Amino acid sequence: MKLVRNAMLCVLAAFGLAACDREREVDIASRDGILLYGNGSEPKGLDPHLVTGVPENHIISALIEGLIAYHPTDDLSPEPGMAESWEHNGNFTQWTFKLRDAKWTNGDPVVAGDFVYSWQRMLTPALGAEYAPMLYVIKGAQDFHEGKTDDFSTVGVKALDDKTLQVTLEGATPYFLNMLKHYSFFPVNPRAVEQAGGMADRGSKWSTFDNYVGNGPFKLKTWVTNQVIEVERNPDYWDAKTVKLNGIRFFPVENAATEETMFRGGRLHITSTVQPDKIPVFKEKMPDILHIDPYLGVYFYRVNVTRPPFDNPKVREALAISFDKQLLVDKVTKGGQAPAVGYVPAGIPGYPTSDTVQYNPERGRQLLAEAGYPGGKGFPKAEILINTSEAHRKIAEAMQAMWRKELGIDVGIYNQEWKVYLDSQSNLDYDLSRSGWIADYVHPSTFTDMFTTGNGNNDTGWSNPQYDRLVQQAQVAQDEPERLEILHQAEELLLKELPIVPMYWYTRVYLLDPRVQNWNPKLLDNRNYKYISLAADKNGTQ
Amino acid sequence: MAKFITLRFLQGILVLLGIYAVTFFLVAATPGSPFSTERAIRPEILAQIEAFYGYDKPTWERFLSSLGNLLRGDFGPSAVYANRSVTAIIAESFPVSLKLGSISLAIAILLGVPAGILAAVKKNTWLDYVPMSTAMAGICLPTFVMGPLLALVFGLIFAILPVAGWFGPEFVILPSATLGLYYAAYFARLTRGGMLEMLNQDWVRTARAKGVAESTIVWKHCLKGGLIPVITFLGPALAGIISGSFVVETIFQVPGLGQWFVKGALNRDDFLILGLTVLFAALIVLMNLLVDIAQVALNPRLKYD
Repeated sequence: MKLVRNAMLCVLAAFGLAACDREREVDIASRDGILLYGNGSEPKGLDPHLVTGVPENHIISALIEGLIAYHPTDDLSPEPGMAESWEHNGNFTQWTFKLRDAKWTNGDPVVAGDFVYSWQRMLTPALGAEYAPMLYVIKGAQDFHEGKTDDFSTVGVKALDDKTLQVTLEGATPYFLNMLKHYSFFPVNPRAVEQAGGMADRGSKWSTFDNYVGNGPFKLKTWVTNQVIEVERNPDYWDAKTVKLNGIRFFPVENAATEETMFRGGRLHITSTVQPDKIPVFKEKMPDILHIDPYLGVYFYRVNVTRPPFDNPKVREALAISFDKQLLVDKVTKGGQAPAVGYVPAGIPGYPTSDTVQYNPERGRQLLAEAGYPGGKGFPKAEILINTSEAHRKIAEAMQAMWRKELGIDVGIYNQEWKVYLDSQSNLDYDLSRSGWIADYVHPSTFTDMFTTGNGNNDTGWSNPQYDRLVQQAQVAQDEPERLEILHQAEELLLKELPIVPMYWYTRVYLLDPRVQNWNPKLLDNRNYKYISLAADKNGTQ
Repeated sequence: MAKFITLRFLQGILVLLGIYAVTFFLVAATPGSPFSTERAIRPEILAQIEAFYGYDKPTWERFLSSLGNLLRGDFGPSAVYANRSVTAIIAESFPVSLKLGSISLAIAILLGVPAGILAAVKKNTWLDYVPMSTAMAGICLPTFVMGPLLALVFGLIFAILPVAGWFGPEFVILPSATLGLYYAAYFARLTRGGMLEMLNQDWVRTARAKGVAESTIVWKHCLKGGLIPVITFLGPALAGIISGSFVVETIFQVPGLGQWFVKGALNRDDFLILGLTVLFAALIVLMNLLVDIAQVALNPRLKYD
């Protein structure tokens, strides 16, 4: 036995020595100027006109630059991208962009016609671009996309010359520059697209590894499915001198535990998430690497207002005010989220958050009694629909317990796989359905538009002509304060009728190696990688 | 033997066609669609996407067309991953799973079979108790416990092995060990059982009485028969290991087939599900055929019929 023990000690000592000598991947990468990025999941593709997800956005924004780029510190400020300057006609209905001298990675110059081509591609019905409605803000775009006309010259986008792009909008849109940061407005290289099948070809191979053409600070270097996508510095980028990183490796790690192990094992500079149960541990033991940033999103339950008893606004209000949101974020989600006492999250300039939906269980019980269910008696069996996820289940269990305690009602939890859950939600085959909404751009309309009658994202059966009118009015309002005021009225109406139960406003929780510089908190978590750098020192000092 | 193999081959093709048809209609009957998204797609856009992938046609028509493609060796496009064909996805990930599976299987056989033989030969001694207790612990310790444990010890505490990825030889060690040790435990138990059955036969007692050396009895006379349970288990085990263990591939971020199995199911990527199901079924059919051939070779009392 002594022999065995000694042998084991020798092995352990050898392991220990090996560990001491070993340089970690992050150390090597930091020295080489390569950012190691935990990117959540394998991208569905890299064609900005065909994808819809966040992991895709992270990679595409390294490869392609739109008219307006992401600002290094503020998601509200416009940063010159392909457009070096811009002006509007005073009432924000017509915008003119002056393009800079820039090149695609295939050597073509970036010209105004590329944007006209790209937006025509996005709006071509046969392409079936899911985000095409983002472009409906442009005059005539919706008619063209819906096939009411096949004459693209009726759409308000014109190349006045190679360097001048003029865009005419449906109505005054002061936040148009913010919208332009979304990848649905990004350009694609016409020659590359035409060579690979043309603008309407959904199966076009232009965006595969071998054919990819971009105009951003980085270009594709490696793409191994489910393993890594690596981009490297693009020497032909117009602002190549500002780019500090030599490359970025995007790792599609879906499992949060694996991602954390990779981070702690020195294989990532940044993670896409942190397991909620681990947040307190990191807060206590490694506060320097745990980051909790505001994020423009809201977590809520949809209420199916077509089903009794949820067709009664009193029942809906009772549900919305009879659980402790603070307790929920402190004890369940644990990521510094803010209790959602309104719907539209905080952070939008000039738009104060509503505080209408305050915790008030006493009034909740009173409302439930008025609805015919005193103390929860006689309340029909109802269920919370969630998609498969431990986090959603924990939240639903907390809601279940709090509603039981405060209102005396019993709700069940019904779990479905993602696609089935989406199907049930859109077919109104649920009582309460867990939901979340992240802003596409920094404006309250990205949240309020969805609850208009017939909107594909409404999914509650709720309809209110007054609400529809207010949203419509906001779209054509002449100035921004007026628009925000109208949207605020719409939000208050929504919170009065409560086809949703707002729960919390999101935060973005992640682990970040101290060496990563200029990674600033951003409302939409959009990054302009040319400003990111890596310090040589492990503590992050340059 | 040639007739046996031909017959089994044809039976296998029929089985595969049956599996393909059942899977196709089950998938078609499942709620949800590969094109469902959290942000609703306008109906006219959805119609364009569905038309592109042929979902505007009736189910039976889609079945015939996809069957035609399959017979031509084309599994169709992924309905979720733009510009990627299922064939390309399989071509990219299958070699990874094959490598992981082969190494894991080698570990499983090289550890499990000798441990089982040793335990059987040294029955009721510590050379039996220790390997069999370890094997029992190995069976009870699922890969989702063993994997993170190995990652913690060798990846984080000692920091001598990478915990995720598939970039070089050192990345193969932890996932293959996790998968291999799990199957080694099964092989050890099965080998011990098979060997004990053989060693307890009357003719073995007779051979011993006649003075035949114990090593000859074990290696020459009993090993072939003793390995039959292992060989029987080898077919499905091999198919399972090669087609990828989702848990191990997820824990160690191995870009093999296992991850696609689950992604396909969760994304309702019908073409991908069908392609992977056919591949998995084909592997099982092939492995079972090989096992049947091996069993007859090991046991003369069985015949090819």
